Amino acid sequence: MKTVKSPFKFKGGVHPDYNKELARDMPIERLPLPGELVISMSQHLGAPAKCIVKAGDEVKRGQVIGEKNGFISVLVRASADGKVKAVEKRLGPAGSSADAVILETVPPEDNNPAPILPPLDWKTATREELLKRVEEAGICGMGGAGFPTSVKLNPPPGKRCEYLVLNGAECEPYLTADFRVMLERADRIRVGVEIMRKILGMCAVRIAIEDNKPEAITAMEKAFADIEGNVEIVRLPVLYPQGSEKHQIYATVGRIVPEPPALPIDVGCVVENVGTVAAIADAVEKGEPLLERVTTVSGDAVATPKNILAPSGTKYSDLVAFCGGEKEHPAKIISGGTMMGFAVSSLDIATTKTTSGLLLLSSRKVFQYGSQACINCGRCLRACPMNLNPAEISKAVEADDIKTAENAHVMTCIECGACSFGCPAYRTITQFCRRAKASIRARMAAERAAAAAAKAAEDAKKEAK
Amino acid sequence: MIIAIVCIAGIGLVAAVALALADRYLAVKEDPRIGMVTAVLPGANCGGCGFAGCDAYARALVAGTAPNGACAAGGDACAAEVAKILGVAATATEKRVALVKCCGTRSEAIRVGDYNGICDCATAAMTAGGDKGCKFGCLGYGACANVCPKNAITIHDGLAKVDKRLCIGCGKCVKACPKNLIELVPASATIHVLCNNPVRGPEVRKVCGVGCMGCHLCEKNSGGKEAGHFTFQGFLAKVNYENPPTDATIVSKCPAKCMIEDPHFETGH
Repeated sequence: MKTVKSPFKFKGGVHPDYNKELARDMPIERLPLPGELVISMSQHLGAPAKCIVKAGDEVKRGQVIGEKNGFISVLVRASADGKVKAVEKRLGPAGSSADAVILETVPPEDNNPAPILPPLDWKTATREELLKRVEEAGICGMGGAGFPTSVKLNPPPGKRCEYLVLNGAECEPYLTADFRVMLERADRIRVGVEIMRKILGMCAVRIAIEDNKPEAITAMEKAFADIEGNVEIVRLPVLYPQGSEKHQIYATVGRIVPEPPALPIDVGCVVENVGTVAAIADAVEKGEPLLERVTTVSGDAVATPKNILAPSGTKYSDLVAFCGGEKEHPAKIISGGTMMGFAVSSLDIATTKTTSGLLLLSSRKVFQYGSQACINCGRCLRACPMNLNPAEISKAVEADDIKTAENAHVMTCIECGACSFGCPAYRTITQFCRRAKASIRARMAAERAAAAAAKAAEDAKKEAK
Repeated sequence: MIIAIVCIAGIGLVAAVALALADRYLAVKEDPRIGMVTAVLPGANCGGCGFAGCDAYARALVAGTAPNGACAAGGDACAAEVAKILGVAATATEKRVALVKCCGTRSEAIRVGDYNGICDCATAAMTAGGDKGCKFGCLGYGACANVCPKNAITIHDGLAKVDKRLCIGCGKCVKACPKNLIELVPASATIHVLCNNPVRGPEVRKVCGVGCMGCHLCEKNSGGKEAGHFTFQGFLAKVNYENPPTDATIVSKCPAKCMIEDPHFETGH
């Protein structure tokens, strides 16, 4: 095991104010069980789970309440004992509504309950058993998009994982949840890595941490000191979006992931967030499914910023109340980090497995602007880490010319926000890209549906003959 | 001089003969009725009939694959003209116009945030479900107005309004609205429920001063359930346009003030 400096630097990127000092020294605190949980069936990108409970049902902590619904899907478990009050559509952090189970919680009778799943010894368990456990535990990527981990850990035939990259960059401003996990749960991460190596085969491990977290680097060095095999801690320069999957792969092993639909596994890499790795260790050794996660509640409008371990489905208002409430009226509430998070309009929204942060920002930190005409300065081109031409894309989308945007490879955009961050005309470039991507996706879905309908009609014709 | 005249005249003669022959033997036989039908169609190319423009609809009419009367813009007069040319009876159609089923203006429906991104309804809806407290109501960023071929839709006070006199019922706005709150209704109907929020009354009241609470008073005042003038979806009253109410007094009796009796949909609240 050794610590190295990042051998590669990607093009572009920006340096936002990190503001991590607000919450970085706050140890992880467990939230007392809230009276009501709102557990969404849509915990991540991909198909929402199918709800299998109804109003009035009694559920136990860890009971499956949402079944997998498709390949890119994870099951949802109740994160506390309680009674289902209702199953209804609720607004999620990303601005779309999905079915949610409203759970009236009851305090657990037993302080040391039996494990929800039978604990496994990873040293003797088979690869299939471990993989099945990751799936049963409902683990999905805890960094942002929430890709189902069991899918990531099970590469399609013919593809092999050569590098397991642990994402501890946490390049989003304000967020310190991963940092605290690395400090306080380093031993769990170590166990998680060993389990993942067992599932993926003996691959090289790269633990990527940004330079501004020296304590985390020390903690990782200590935890991984006596590990066998090719393990390196890679110190990344502080640069946003260092935590993006594609850029992390380039910064640590120098490989470039091709345009979508290519995935990191196509270049022999699997990237996992450090929190996910710790969750895998708990799921296997303790039989504890992914029911809670660390969320950073920060921003200058919060009385005491904290890193909170809260059950999934906790309402934002409960998180803020635990932090001593609002210091002043927030001008903006963001679910996630300031760069890629979603602005939300109320605290009546609940956390999911992917909620890494909740920021309440005062009017001093929020700049109210109006999008102006592009002045062709080219700053967004320099900032774009994906080598796109955001100026061209934004102008095309503004003129409702989605085709030009598509030809400019807008689908490769990772929506990191670096272009909007530096734009002197305050153009909402990332939003233009998101809009183009949404209409292209809608068009592709319509085309697929039309093709499927045509095929069905042809089949029916053939059968009639 | 003479050589030039002869040459030009000769070329002209040869070309004329060639053109005459081509016209005789290479002509594409087209039903002359297509041109006649196209001429009587409105020529707005709105696509409301389901075909790619008036010419495509005319071809389908002549081929007998489209019903006469699908043209909402031309209406009955146009259908009668087409019937004269083709000799097929016009199916009776009623002019339909778009109706924006929301009356939550900026003063009535609360806004829960300041949205200052792209001025487009679908994009605004992607941002925390839109800045309107009511997640079913009109956002007022004009996605419908942008696609209207007749400029019949305008945005007043954060709310889209359709001018019934200009609307040709093509249905483009219906597809453009991300909240699915525009409906094509018979132009003869004058009483409408301008709300799209099916949730319970107290929840609606929290976000909008003029939202339907599902109190069924409109139904009671118009002759009860048996009269069948209204249907209910959750806690939302819907006018049954097959059998619309005619008694305008029920409008003023609506406690939520979300009904209108307006021939043009322009004034609203």
